[in-house]
Amino acid sequence: MKRIGVFVCHCGINIAATVDIESVVKDLEDYPGVVLVQDYKYMCSDPGQNIIKEKIKSERLDGIVVAACSPTLHENTFRLTCKTVGMNPYSCEIANIREQCSWVHKNKDEATLKAKLIIRSIVEKALLDEELEPVQVPVIRKALVLGGGIAGIQAALSIANSGYEVILVEKQSSIGGRMAQLSETFPTLDCSQCILTPKMVDVAQHEKIRLMTYSELEDISGFVGNFKVKIRQKAKYVDWDKCTGCGLCIEKCPKKAPSEFDQGLEKRKAVFTPFPQAVPNKPVIDHENCTYFKTGKCQLCKIVCSFDAVDFDETETFVEEEVGAIVVATGYDVYPVLNMDEYGSGKLPDVIDGLTFERILSSSGPTGGEVRRPSDGTVPKEIVFIKCVGSRDPEHHFPYCSKICCMYTTKHAMLYKHRVHDGQPYIFYMDVRAGGKGYEEFYQRAQEEDNVIFLRGKVSKVYQDDDKVVVCGIDTIYGRNVEIRADMVVLAMAIRPSKGVEELTRLLKIAIDQNGFLTEAHPKLRPVESLSAGIYLAGCAQAPKDIPDTVAQASATASMVSNLFSQEYLLHDPLITGVNEDLCSGCGVCVSVCPYDARKLNKEEGIVEVNEVLCEGCGSCSAACPSGAAQQKNFTDTQLSNMVKAILSE
Amino acid sequence: MFDPKIVAFFCKWCTSAGADLAGTSRMTYKPNIVGIRVMCSSRVDPEHILNAFKNGAEGVLIGGCHPGDCHYQSGNYKTLKRITLLKKMLNDLGIDKNRLRLEWISAAEGKRFTQVMDEFTDEIKKLGKLKINQL
Repeated sequence: MKRIGVFVCHCGINIAATVDIESVVKDLEDYPGVVLVQDYKYMCSDPGQNIIKEKIKSERLDGIVVAACSPTLHENTFRLTCKTVGMNPYSCEIANIREQCSWVHKNKDEATLKAKLIIRSIVEKALLDEELEPVQVPVIRKALVLGGGIAGIQAALSIANSGYEVILVEKQSSIGGRMAQLSETFPTLDCSQCILTPKMVDVAQHEKIRLMTYSELEDISGFVGNFKVKIRQKAKYVDWDKCTGCGLCIEKCPKKAPSEFDQGLEKRKAVFTPFPQAVPNKPVIDHENCTYFKTGKCQLCKIVCSFDAVDFDETETFVEEEVGAIVVATGYDVYPVLNMDEYGSGKLPDVIDGLTFERILSSSGPTGGEVRRPSDGTVPKEIVFIKCVGSRDPEHHFPYCSKICCMYTTKHAMLYKHRVHDGQPYIFYMDVRAGGKGYEEFYQRAQEEDNVIFLRGKVSKVYQDDDKVVVCGIDTIYGRNVEIRADMVVLAMAIRPSKGVEELTRLLKIAIDQNGFLTEAHPKLRPVESLSAGIYLAGCAQAPKDIPDTVAQASATASMVSNLFSQEYLLHDPLITGVNEDLCSGCGVCVSVCPYDARKLNKEEGIVEVNEVLCEGCGSCSAACPSGAAQQKNFTDTQLSNMVKAILSE
Repeated sequence: MFDPKIVAFFCKWCTSAGADLAGTSRMTYKPNIVGIRVMCSSRVDPEHILNAFKNGAEGVLIGGCHPGDCHYQSGNYKTLKRITLLKKMLNDLGIDKNRLRLEWISAAEGKRFTQVMDEFTDEIKKLGKLKINQL
């Protein structure tokens, strides 16, 4: 029998206050296989770890159980401790008597008994633990970045600048994302496109970046360091290798459709680039609106193209690639005004969302940066801005704060005032959240220099009356009702995860939270990793955030990816399920339950073979195997059975 | 007062993490259930469950990730199938099927974890002592 040492941690009073350590020590001393029980105030401290090291040597232990906090916290710590004195790390087990015992029970007798049972069961496990070595796995040093907004651009550039190859996949025909649509950015008021477009060009010219726009992830298999991905490139109907981007086809195209980039304020052609600085600056034909695809007649674009680039027979293509890491930077959508009954359900032409107002303010927008209202093109003399529309409204819409609206609405009011000097901006707000470098000063400036009137309260109704938009709200500071006959209303709509992100997360096997944003591995300590190894997060896909935060997060993500790629090989957990060839009958049941294709039936030999690299160690096949040949390492049937018995032993 | 012994199997990624969250949040629940942490709920062989009943467990609880959230893609669906089938068999063995419970508890559901622990403990208390002669 193995010689097991049990080390019981007091964790100060965290464990000792509700678990009688002395009684636990006494109980374990007589347990079969246990040759030593030692308690200490803080096992994870240096002196605590030194005790473990000394006892392993002096008592010739060949397995230890540390009864302490959750294995999530210190399993690695103690396994490394064992390793330094030559004990196999997998011979060290953790009994969780803090999170799952001392912290959740009040009665000392009950908690003490439960702690004993937990430790006994872990001793049973440790008694039959095998010595294991991690499986070495090669790592493909190429990253896939999903999303070509500022988050994806920053992550791609940063990874590529570390010397690793990147595939940047964007579903639109150009990269740039939401940031390309913005006018000027808070709190510095520098032009969004002016700071973004050089980065877009850098992406296109970077020798390490392969840019795949108008593309989406179709399928994925594999695991960290070794993903196989299939990317679908949608039919563009324009051969970009031949196209020079001269724009003649766009000029001649007779068919118009609302421009997505201009939020429907302007029209684009059926063959189009979303905006003039698009990267790549090559057009695509919009199948739904193209006259040729609808009627079989037209082909004007094809006729005028002197490079023979237009190809109506083009079909979607699939590209298969192998990558080691994936960055999900799929960004956000704006919650549609359609959902706001009290604000006109999107039917009032002069009640628009903040992103549409960005296009009105943008010098590349439909009005060339002049503030004109959508209905009749007149200059609005009074604009009401309403914040927290859809956000912070758990009863009707979403409980979270969209974070950027306070600042961009302040910016909107300011820019409006800079362009319409005799105009009056009003902002209805719940709170002003100006946390950020230079943000509070920006907010002060809007009040003092630009005379923006801030009204604290909610707006109950917005309706059209003649050519005015009437806003009925309340000013809770003065305690009075407010009615403003405005020319225009701008709603700071809630930020939502991009459309289609839910399907994507299902494909990637990563989690989303109750609001649809991607879940990080740990909210504080692992904010850019998903719970699936090798898949990372950046930007608003994870949570609403502004440009500086997005860039910082994307840089952090890139650094995590570079970190992964700088390793010679990755270590794969050896807790896999093997095959006992003497017992295997070759029935193949385990092959059918394995989600990773790690098991293959060798028909000649009549037994199953396991690919240790592909096996993720779920143990599902162990449960399915009728002959007991598939045993998950260190979670064998005998171990689990003995653990059960130990729990029921008193 | 009847104080039942209940064995639980918690998957590492969701339910055990949910149990840890209940701990860090200092929520309290009844101490009758002692958990075994497995990598995935699908590791639990129906034999382990029968083995628990045979050795004196008054109830057995399995905790896994919510449908669609399994760390191993589809482990929890396999668990669901196996437990459904086993529940049918339990009646034939003279064990009330309510003594076996499968719950989906995520890593974020500390509160729910404690509720399930208390509810299941109460249910087993109501069902009383398990009497099986042969298994």
